[in-house]
Amino acid sequence: MKILTQWLRSYLSGLSVDDAQLAEDLTLRGIAVEGNYPLGEGRGSLYEMDITTNRVDAMNHYGIAREAAAIYGLPLKPLEFALLAPRPAASPFPVRIEAEDACGRFTARVLRGVTIGESRDWFAGAEVATYFALLEQKMILNAVDATNFAWLAMGQPTHAFDLDKLEGGIIVRRARMGERLKTLDGVDRVLDADDLVVADHRKALALAGVMGGWDTMITPETKNVLIEAAWFDPMAVRQTARRHGLHTDASHRFERGADLNAAPVASALVSAILLANGGWIEGELVDVCVAAFEERTARRKPIGLALSEVRRILGKTDDEEGIGAATVGGVLTALGCGLASQPPAAPQTSGQGMWKVTLPSWRLDLEREIDLIEEVARVYGYNRFANTLPAFGEGVKALPWAEKEAASRSVMLAAGFNEAIGSTFCSAADGALTAPQPGLVVPLGNPLSEEAGVLRPSLVPGMLAMIAGNLNRDVDDVRLFELGTVFGGTTEKVEERPSLGFGAAGSLPVESALHTGRVIDFHDVKGVVEQVLAKSEMRGMYFDRFPAEAGLTPEWLHPYRAARVVADGATVGWFGLLHPREAAARKLRQAVFIGELYLDRLYKMPLRKPVAREISRYQPVRRDFSLVLDESIPWETIDRAMAELHIPELVEWRVREVFRDERLGKSEYALLLGATFQAQDRTLREEELQAFQARVVEAVSKAGARLRV
Amino acid sequence: MANEAIPNLTAFDEAALEKAFTALEAQARSDAASLEKEPFRLKWLGRKQGLLNEVSDQWLKAAPPEAKKSVGQRFKTLKELAEGLLEQASGAGPTDASLKAEAIDITLPGTQRLTGAEHPITRTMNEIVAVFAALGYSVGVGPEVETDFYNFECMNFPPGHPARDTQDTLVVANQERKPLRDRLLLRTHTSPVQMRTMEQQPPPVRIVIPGKVHRNDAADATHSPIFHQVEGLCVDTNITFSDLKGTLDHAMKALFGSSVKTRFFPSFFPFTEPSADVQISCIFCGGKGCRKCKDSGWIELLGCGMVDPAVFAFAAEKQPAYDAKKISGFAFGMGVERIAMMKYGISEIGSLFAGDMRFLGQFA
Repeated sequence: MKILTQWLRSYLSGLSVDDAQLAEDLTLRGIAVEGNYPLGEGRGSLYEMDITTNRVDAMNHYGIAREAAAIYGLPLKPLEFALLAPRPAASPFPVRIEAEDACGRFTARVLRGVTIGESRDWFAGAEVATYFALLEQKMILNAVDATNFAWLAMGQPTHAFDLDKLEGGIIVRRARMGERLKTLDGVDRVLDADDLVVADHRKALALAGVMGGWDTMITPETKNVLIEAAWFDPMAVRQTARRHGLHTDASHRFERGADLNAAPVASALVSAILLANGGWIEGELVDVCVAAFEERTARRKPIGLALSEVRRILGKTDDEEGIGAATVGGVLTALGCGLASQPPAAPQTSGQGMWKVTLPSWRLDLEREIDLIEEVARVYGYNRFANTLPAFGEGVKALPWAEKEAASRSVMLAAGFNEAIGSTFCSAADGALTAPQPGLVVPLGNPLSEEAGVLRPSLVPGMLAMIAGNLNRDVDDVRLFELGTVFGGTTEKVEERPSLGFGAAGSLPVESALHTGRVIDFHDVKGVVEQVLAKSEMRGMYFDRFPAEAGLTPEWLHPYRAARVVADGATVGWFGLLHPREAAARKLRQAVFIGELYLDRLYKMPLRKPVAREISRYQPVRRDFSLVLDESIPWETIDRAMAELHIPELVEWRVREVFRDERLGKSEYALLLGATFQAQDRTLREEELQAFQARVVEAVSKAGARLRV
Repeated sequence: MANEAIPNLTAFDEAALEKAFTALEAQARSDAASLEKEPFRLKWLGRKQGLLNEVSDQWLKAAPPEAKKSVGQRFKTLKELAEGLLEQASGAGPTDASLKAEAIDITLPGTQRLTGAEHPITRTMNEIVAVFAALGYSVGVGPEVETDFYNFECMNFPPGHPARDTQDTLVVANQERKPLRDRLLLRTHTSPVQMRTMEQQPPPVRIVIPGKVHRNDAADATHSPIFHQVEGLCVDTNITFSDLKGTLDHAMKALFGSSVKTRFFPSFFPFTEPSADVQISCIFCGGKGCRKCKDSGWIELLGCGMVDPAVFAFAAEKQPAYDAKKISGFAFGMGVERIAMMKYGISEIGSLFAGDMRFLGQFA
């Protein structure tokens, strides 16, 4: 919204601060001047304003002038417009408010013999032309310019009808279902029974508070005019405007609450401008009010205000005295409130201010004591309050799972994965592909796009999109993870769960001039998963997979290069190579490893508490076993056989190497098993070691391995 | 350095012993000339794998009883020799020329095990939360899919209120048949967690709420339909507007440096009154005016205010202690993206959500 300081100053004689200072003082009181553009010698400045929606009363010149008057304690010039005495009318112009729940006031003034044309100089000089030129507001016809001027001056919408096009008097009513109206924008509209219209006795003339009608608009041929200045209910206007997809200056104001008392003033202002080109007023102003609305706006009950409450909420000021009765009285009076002292309700509050405050008709946002307290703080100046700190309360409580989330994050970071934040949404197709519980995907009612049609049931779609984004930009080494919420359930009840998604492609994270990188493989990713899981106290944790035909492996994973993670009897995640079908569909030629861990299940387990064990002082002895195995026997079988030996001195065993060569049978592979023996209390003797070795050989042989010779 | 083992001794007659020990003595002298003190000590006198240890282990132990005395004496002599030679070995050391031959290019970059980078949003959120944790604030969270009641109604956005227009909302499908307050939507701010917390816990409350929020906004350089907020709420007896000012002034100084100044402007939020926008003096130019602050010297950073009595009235339905006549409180909220973008010089908000390794890697 644009404001001229020259126009403001016309309401504020005695305003001595310059435009820059005025801009700053207004801004610090919440009447924000976003831009201040000097217009040249003697023309003042143009302010670009940004006023919050609750202060619709200040979205015009007079409203801002009122704020300035309050800030500087200056008198504000009253809005009064002298009109020539009307010529008598045979009978008052008929006005009836049928929709008493939607229209609070309707004023109608009849002007006859007017000349529609260029706006002339007006009684107080040439403000219309001067102000409009500075505002770059186009001059159109005097009837239109007049309503625009009243809008810019005082924020009251008005409308001028060509009186000769009206059939009978005015009725403010609800539209009839299917009734038609061509509005000023040239659009033929079919009305709804909820629409509020200004009508004559035969037809709808205008969408009340939103837009006038085409057939009754002012033209250069118009001789007789009816000036409407009214007050419509915010909700009624809002509904009508919404239904017709219209947002006009008028609807903006009425939706946020106009000033019930401004209608006759604005009517006089519009009439004065129009009559400068000739013509006369016929009859007195017809003014119909709905009492119920008056009680809710212009004649609201006074509200109580206590100085003690002002101080309780606002606290200390830089000035040691704090907010006093004089400040409260001064600020509220300047804003248009009426203050009457009232005796204190309780003896202990005596000596402090207690008021009954009447509220100005233009400030519908003021309803409660707290609203008045805010006004006092605002006009006094927020930055004049002290900076204090409240006394320290109770102890700080961390979220129960915050530590667990941090543990997962730290493992992923240490493994060289960058943290990413992906979209909360995915396409319905990706949702169906990745939902851990088939079919439980929640669609949005107004999605941002088709690709974002559902709430993500998994972090996999977002992860795939981000990996593809990197690979398509020739960033070949990708390691990403995301800690985020995934959504299940239905549109009746949405369930949210924390999840960890990760993806990797390219080489392992080593930045080196001397060593070449190694392409990342399944077991690199499995290692990261194991490390994440190792942060929790796991019972019965294992990895498994299912044959493709079982249909149990998620469709986004390669059925034979993927693993399910099970802990405590529950699936806690899946990971592996992206299914070649999905890779092809996304035009990914590199091997992409991807997975997801269901953190809600992981968080059920306590974090692992490290427990120190005595380090043996005796020499460990390593023995290697070169085994040959059938391809059908996985490492897990050997691993389990070793565990079941229960030899306390067998402190560690691991795969040292896995290889295949032509000297082995066709479906065989070789595995070098390394075992470490160590006792807590002695050096192991050769005979003991020989016995252990024999037991290991026996166990792995039973498991299906043969010793390589 | 692997030690060459001592030869196996099969005969223990005097001649064989003489030959074997003489060879070792010659070896010791030659080593003393070529080796530095420490390698010499390790090779000969090392506790576990030193040659003397091996002699004692293998020769002395293996010697038949009649030869034990002779072996023992010769061992003692050899040991004294080695100990004496150790002193001499210290002086000489390897020549500069021999060391120079081992030179490497130390200016080649070090081999780094690359660690991942925490997301700048996570990092910024953690920084903000830490500042308030030090002021006694606990962390609270809430669901990202909310009901109309928690997101709007109890935050004093009545049905049909124009303030709802300022927060274009993404809604869950198929909600039309439900009563308005039960309809599901993606929370447009972290404020609903204020109410969820108050319903659970009587005053005093001091929480800080980091979280993801969504709005149906068109994306541009500074707007994204996905973004993050940190919300704060402090409720107790005698919490004042000046406490709000002091708290945020302290927090901004903790986040951006002690020279930062704050400035409070009246603003409007349905759930606070009085409401304020907070600006900090420009962290780029120190308040002199620059491109980043549009020459104003100030940067707008957060919204805040005293908790509106209407919000307390909703809380009091479940926790009667939220009586606006007896307690008071303040709330504040800030956009994490804006702060992260400022702190780390990020120009496009979209880059925060694209998962580009080149972008994310900068925050390691």
